[in-house]
Amino acid sequence: MKKNFIERLLPIFALLTWVFLFGIMLILFIEGTPIFKSVPLFRFIFGRHWYPVHEPPEFGILPLICGSLMVTAGALIIAIPFGLGCAIYLSEIANRAVREIIKPFIEMLAGVPSVVYGFFGMVLLAPFIQRIFHLSIGLTAFTASVILGVMALPTVASIAEDAISSVPKALREASFALGANQWETITRVVVPAAKSGIFASVILGIGRAIGETMTVLMVAGCCAVITPNFFKPVRPMTATIAAEMGEAPMGSMHYHALFAIGLVLFLITIGLSLIAEHFKER
Amino acid sequence: MVNHKIITKNLDLWYGDSPCLKNINISIPENAVTAIMGPSGCGKSTLLRVFNRLNDLIDGTRITGKVLLDEQDIYKDIKDIFHLRKKVGMVFQKVNPFPKTIFENVAYGLKIHGWKDKTKIEKKVHDSIIDVGLWDEVKDCLHKNAFSLSGGQQQRLCIARAIAIEPEVVLFDEPCSALDPISTAKIEQLIEELKQKYTIIIVTHNLQQAARVSDYTAFMLLGDLIEFSETNQMFTTPKDKRTENYLTGKFG
Amino acid sequence: MRKQKELIGLLALRISILFVVISFLAILIFISIKGFKVLNIGFLLEVPKDGMTKGGIFPAIIGTLYLSIGTIIFALPLGVLSAIYLIEYAKHKGLIKTIRIGVDALAGVPSVVFGLFGLAVFVKLFNFGVSILSGALTLGIMILPVIIKASEEAILAVPQEFKEASFAVGATKWQTITKIVLPTALPGIITGTILGIGRAAGETAPILFTAVTFYQRLLPHSIFDEVMALPYHIYALMTEGTASEYQVPIAYGTAVVLLGLVMSINFIAILIRIRGRRAKKW
Ligand SMILES: Nc1ncnc2c1ncn2[C@@H]1O[C@H](COP(=O)(O)OP(=O)(O)OP(=O)(O)O)[C@@H](O)[C@H]1O
Ligand SMILES: [Mg+2]
Repeated sequence: MKKNFIERLLPIFALLTWVFLFGIMLILFIEGTPIFKSVPLFRFIFGRHWYPVHEPPEFGILPLICGSLMVTAGALIIAIPFGLGCAIYLSEIANRAVREIIKPFIEMLAGVPSVVYGFFGMVLLAPFIQRIFHLSIGLTAFTASVILGVMALPTVASIAEDAISSVPKALREASFALGANQWETITRVVVPAAKSGIFASVILGIGRAIGETMTVLMVAGCCAVITPNFFKPVRPMTATIAAEMGEAPMGSMHYHALFAIGLVLFLITIGLSLIAEHFKER
Repeated sequence: MVNHKIITKNLDLWYGDSPCLKNINISIPENAVTAIMGPSGCGKSTLLRVFNRLNDLIDGTRITGKVLLDEQDIYKDIKDIFHLRKKVGMVFQKVNPFPKTIFENVAYGLKIHGWKDKTKIEKKVHDSIIDVGLWDEVKDCLHKNAFSLSGGQQQRLCIARAIAIEPEVVLFDEPCSALDPISTAKIEQLIEELKQKYTIIIVTHNLQQAARVSDYTAFMLLGDLIEFSETNQMFTTPKDKRTENYLTGKFG
Repeated sequence: MRKQKELIGLLALRISILFVVISFLAILIFISIKGFKVLNIGFLLEVPKDGMTKGGIFPAIIGTLYLSIGTIIFALPLGVLSAIYLIEYAKHKGLIKTIRIGVDALAGVPSVVFGLFGLAVFVKLFNFGVSILSGALTLGIMILPVIIKASEEAILAVPQEFKEASFAVGATKWQTITKIVLPTALPGIITGTILGIGRAAGETAPILFTAVTFYQRLLPHSIFDEVMALPYHIYALMTEGTASEYQVPIAYGTAVVLLGLVMSINFIAILIRIRGRRAKKW
């Protein structure tokens, strides 16, 4: 069969996603690695001080990594239980009509722009948290966690629901036939059968939370310090890039350092994607 | 002396490693209806789809032997398989109009084959729909979606779509298996009329249908062509024991 | 005992759903109530005045519109062509899987990393500057996975019978794809595209360094101009400038416009999907 011009180009289009992935990685390497000439990799990752505009500057991103991990962990505490709850409810309990109503809510929640979440966090949630916990400032890791949790919830819910609803019906029937009630069937048969898909949903939820930028930029406060206290401001990696890129002169150490943070983020999220892929396979 | 439109010589076909057609030698007479019968899975559809090379779409099919259409080998001499399919039209078991208007369904093949003139296309669509006896039923709704028709009407529309491009051979793969008896009767009658102009090959599970519409009948079993003769003869005095068993309902 | 456990468990599932619905409605209602107070025709059709303390958001609306259109012009053809290749042409299982992994991985890359890529490649390397073009290309790469996945699903759902019927009248593969497959898959592709637009319109981080500016009096008149954009406008109003008592109300107004825009986009996509499913007769 003779192929026309476009048909012959098709594989190239399809491979573009990989071109972009490699392009992104390459750019991050080229623009990020020069920082390691002045700051050794180890000091960059484990340095405890991020003072990019001090004289001399310090580029240790440990506080930023900790900030990212803190808000992500906090977000998961909300996103996992509620996300899985929604997934189980939709696939096991809701009838068609209820599902058709609830699913759009989850999709709409996923569709709210992150800057709107951030705005909502700033004007409503932060003052509220400040008041009830008697804090001096409402923009904290805790505030960011709550909002991020709501944002990551749809990711967890929709992927987990796919996994749960693809568990064969026969398994449920077998469980019911043995006299198990619905809850026992869900917890002992359905969820274990779907566990790798559920795991994938959690991993992708982590990816969503760790990569989120505008929300944490707006509500996490902005102190690049290492603290175990969730009621203190923190500064995640994404927020640092977004906040400082505008001020970093092109080609400066600061500029390269921000790209290097981007590289770290990129590698983390690619790693998470591959892990999720592995679990989705099962 | 009958003229043979399609002739196969030592035709073998494999799906991957499993043989599906084994050494088929058949000569399809021109301007007649040839029925292909046999139990499910014996390779009837596969044989039919050899004639318009629709099996080429399935990965891993392998073919040896010759298939001649008007003395030309369709696998070697006819370079352009789309030209082949203009000559050999097909109507499917699963009624499959496109999700387009009635008009567009029939005009589709014409446009594919380069027809540009609007009035010519309209004329041809009109004629084809008349030929399948659907005109009175659809003349007021040519621009409605084809799915608004009944199953039997849809199948006649599919026939109109196939004959609009003036093929020489029309393949029918169990065209009535999803239809009610009245629609079936209409289509059988239509096939009867179409054989004036076209060479027709029809796969059917329905023995009565084969007896009613066909002039020649082929009987297949597990990829082998067991018997091929005039329909009257096959139904009255089958040569092969296995054919007789099939016709008397002993298997299949 | 078993019964009580079940009751509690099922209650917990219902609470998750309630949590989603309440979170969504809280954001929607709170922002609407505050936002509609400042919303009027002038707000939509005027340019900002007096250092962002008065006037409207017209340039931001236009900017977001331009960016979204540019994004789609770039991403839609690439996405659809990739999907066509994956579903209709690619034979090699390993290749298909590799491309899919790439698509998923690209979907997981944080938005701010796209911003870095856009900055280094489009703004700097290609010298497009901070412009609509740079922003649209950056956003386009970001939403490519959304479009590929939606198109793949839609193309896959086209019945094999349609294709066979088309081949049987002599159509080539390419004719079959353009005349039968794509028109049949169109509702699904449109849904995916609309969701992509919604995502692009709401994103801030990718355009932060590639396309936006805080203030612009004249509308952009070429793709090499920088633009204002709704999401960035909210962020800027909340974090820059000094007159927050004037800026915050404008931010509410902008947020309600953005949220309204993105939510209607999502809603339309959901409607098209539901309608498409009902209209399907095959
Ligand atoms: N795409 C395919 N790949 C592999 N094997 C196939 C394929 N299509 C058909 N076969 C096999 O080839 C054999 C013949 O199939 P075919 O569809 O020609 O049978 P048939 O006689 O038309 O049956 P039916 O009466 O059920 O339509 C069957 O055993 C079937 O399993
Ligand atoms: Mg068959």
